[in-house]
Amino acid sequence: MRLLQREGLRVIFPRNQTCCGQPAYNGGYRDEARRVAAAQLDLFPQSYPIVVPSGSCAGMMKHHYPDLFAGTPWQVQANDVADRVWELTGFLTEVLDLQLKDLGEPVRVAMHTSCSARREMGVANAAEALLGQLQGVELVEQDHKSECCGFGGTFAVKQPEISAAMVGDKTESLRRTGAELVTSQDCGCLMNIGGAFEKQGDGPKTCHIAELLWERTRER
Amino acid sequence: MSGEFHDGVVKALSNEALRGHLRRAMDSLIEKRLAVFPDSDELESLRHRCMGIRANALSKLPDLLVHLEARCEEQGIRVHWAETTAEANSIVLEILRSHRVERLVKGKSMVSEEMGLNHALEAEGIECLESDLGEFIIQLAGETPSHIVMPALHKSKQEIAELFHEKFPDIPYSDDVDELTAVARGILREKFMQADAGLSGVNFLVAETGTLCLVENEGNGRMSTTVPPLHIAVTGIEKVVERLTDVPPLLSLLTRSATGQPITTYFNMINGPRQPGEKDGPQEVHLVLLDNGRSRIFADEELQATLRCIRCGACINHCPVYTRLGGHAYGTVYPGPIGSILEPQKEGLERLGELAEASTLCGACGEVCPVRIPIPKLLNRLRWEGVRHDGSGETAGQGKRRKQSQALAWKGWSTLASHPALYRTAVKSASRFRRLLPQQLGPWTHVRKAPEIAEKPLRELAEEEGFSHE
Repeated sequence: MRLLQREGLRVIFPRNQTCCGQPAYNGGYRDEARRVAAAQLDLFPQSYPIVVPSGSCAGMMKHHYPDLFAGTPWQVQANDVADRVWELTGFLTEVLDLQLKDLGEPVRVAMHTSCSARREMGVANAAEALLGQLQGVELVEQDHKSECCGFGGTFAVKQPEISAAMVGDKTESLRRTGAELVTSQDCGCLMNIGGAFEKQGDGPKTCHIAELLWERTRER
Repeated sequence: MSGEFHDGVVKALSNEALRGHLRRAMDSLIEKRLAVFPDSDELESLRHRCMGIRANALSKLPDLLVHLEARCEEQGIRVHWAETTAEANSIVLEILRSHRVERLVKGKSMVSEEMGLNHALEAEGIECLESDLGEFIIQLAGETPSHIVMPALHKSKQEIAELFHEKFPDIPYSDDVDELTAVARGILREKFMQADAGLSGVNFLVAETGTLCLVENEGNGRMSTTVPPLHIAVTGIEKVVERLTDVPPLLSLLTRSATGQPITTYFNMINGPRQPGEKDGPQEVHLVLLDNGRSRIFADEELQATLRCIRCGACINHCPVYTRLGGHAYGTVYPGPIGSILEPQKEGLERLGELAEASTLCGACGEVCPVRIPIPKLLNRLRWEGVRHDGSGETAGQGKRRKQSQALAWKGWSTLASHPALYRTAVKSASRFRRLLPQQLGPWTHVRKAPEIAEKPLRELAEEEGFSHE
C-alpha cells in the first residue's frame, strides 16, 4: 500500500474484506466459497483496478470467479471484478512501470514464484524484473525453480507426507543457492517454506516481495 | 482407498533410491521435451489445433464411431463393442478360442492393462507375452506399469540386470543396456514366430478411412500386428478422430510431448487383414472398442475434456507429486495427473476420489498438455463432485466423499468470512491471544513451525496510517 501510495496513487483498503473464498473452492465446497466470495463483490464498486498482493488470491478472483458465479445473479458483477484484478508485481511493472532506487545493503536473494503467479497470472518475469532493478540485490537461482513448493492450501494438511517431501526438496535447493533471503509474491508459499526453514533450525529468512521492495527503497 | 493410497505414499516416499531415480528420469524427460519445442509460438498453435481436433471428434463421437465401424467392416476389420472390461475380456477370449490360440504376443496397450487381460487369459491357459521391452521387464518381475509410456520407468538398470540374471540363469550377467536389450530381443524374436495371435492397442482410430494407427519405437508393435495370423486391437472408444489429415499434427505433438522425439521409429497404419497377393499381414483383424465408463464421462460437458487425452504422459513427467511417488503409489492403471482425473470418474469417487486431492493444483500438468485438457480445473471439479449433495450431474460416487464434520467446518468458516464484523472480531482475538494459540498444528508442524500471528491485523495498521477504507 505504501509502495502504491508513493507512486501517487490513492489507495483504498476496503475494511469489510475477508477472504477471496479460495480455500473452500479448492476444497470442493463451492456453495461456501460462493457465499464468502459474494461478500467481497460489493466492496469494489468503483471502476478502479483491484490490486492483490498474492498470486493465488488474484488467480481465484480473476480466473475462478467467472466460473463460480456463472448463471447466478452475481455473474455480471463477478466478471467486472475479475476484469479489474491485478497481481501486485504485474501491476507495478505493467501499469506503473515502477522505477526503483535501491538504498539497501548488498544481499543475496532467491525468488520463489508461486504456481498461481506463474501459471494463472503469468507474472513470473515481473517480480524478477523488479528485483533486477535493485542494485544491491544479487538474484540467485535455485534448481527446479518453477516447481511447486508443496503448499497447495488444504493439500498440505490432507496429504502431509507428499507436501513434506516437496517442501523438503524446495528448502534444500533454496539453501544450496546461498541466498540470505527468499522472497515470493505469495504468503502461502512463504508460510510453507519459511516454516520449514524455521523447523530445520537454519536457512534464509523469508519475506514478501512487497515488503522487500519497500524496505530497500524507502527514504529513512 | 484412503488407507491404500496412504500406504502407497508412505512406502514410495521412504524409498530414497526410487526418489532419486525418478527425479533424474523426470528431469531428463522434461529437458528432452523442451529441446524439441524450441519455438513456443509453434507449440502453442499446434496445441490449439490439436485441442480442436480432439474436441471436434468428441463432439461427434457417436456418429464417428458408427462411421468407423462401417469403414472397418468394409475393409475386413471385425469390430466388437464392450461396455465393461469383463465384456472386453470375454470378446478377446472368444476370438482366441475360436482360433485355438495357445500363445499370444502383445504390443504395449494400456487398455489391456485396464482390462486386466493378461490375468483373464492366463486363467484360461493362454500364454500372453508382452513384447514391448518395458512391459516385458515388468511382466518378468510380476509388476504393473508405473507410467503409461515407459512402464518400467521405476526400475534402474541394475535392478533390470538382476532380474534378467534371476529369470535367465543360462545367460551371463550383464548390466549393459545394449546387452540386456539383445537378450530380450533374442527371446522375443522366437516368440513372434511361434505366436498364434498378436494383440495391440491403438493410438488413433481414423473414422474417415477405418485406419488403426499405432505409434511405437521397438518394432514389436509391427511384429505383433503382422507376423501372427490373427491380430486383435483393443482400445477405448474415445480414440477416434474424424479425418486422416487429423493424424499428422496429433502424431507430431504426441511423440514430442511424450519422449521428446520428433517422430517414433515405427508408425503403423492398419487398414485390414492381408489382401490377396500381399506377402505379409494377418489373415484376420479384430477391433475391440471399450467403453468402461467413458460414455458417462462423455455426458458431462466440462469433464468430457478428460477424453481428449492422447496418452503422451507429459502431465505425468511434469507432475511434482508423481516425481515424489512414482506410479505404483496411486494404485491405479493410469497414474499421475491424467489418472487423477480419469480414474475417479471411471471407478467412482467413493473409491478413488482422494486422488483428486493428491495435487497442489500447481498447474504444471495443464501447462504441458498437448490437447490443453484443463487438468487442474477438472481436479477441482471432481473435488466438488465428491462433496456436493444436490444430486445433479453424472459423476459416479457423487457426494460420497462428503463428511459431516468437514461440511460443518466449511459452513462455519463461510459464516465467519461472509460477516465482516464477526471476521474482524475473530482476527483481532487471534492477534490479541496469539501467545495462547497452539504451537503444534497437526501434520503441518511435523516439518514446519507454526506461523506467527501478527501483533496487529493489517486492517488496523492501514487505518493507523490513514489509508482510506472506501
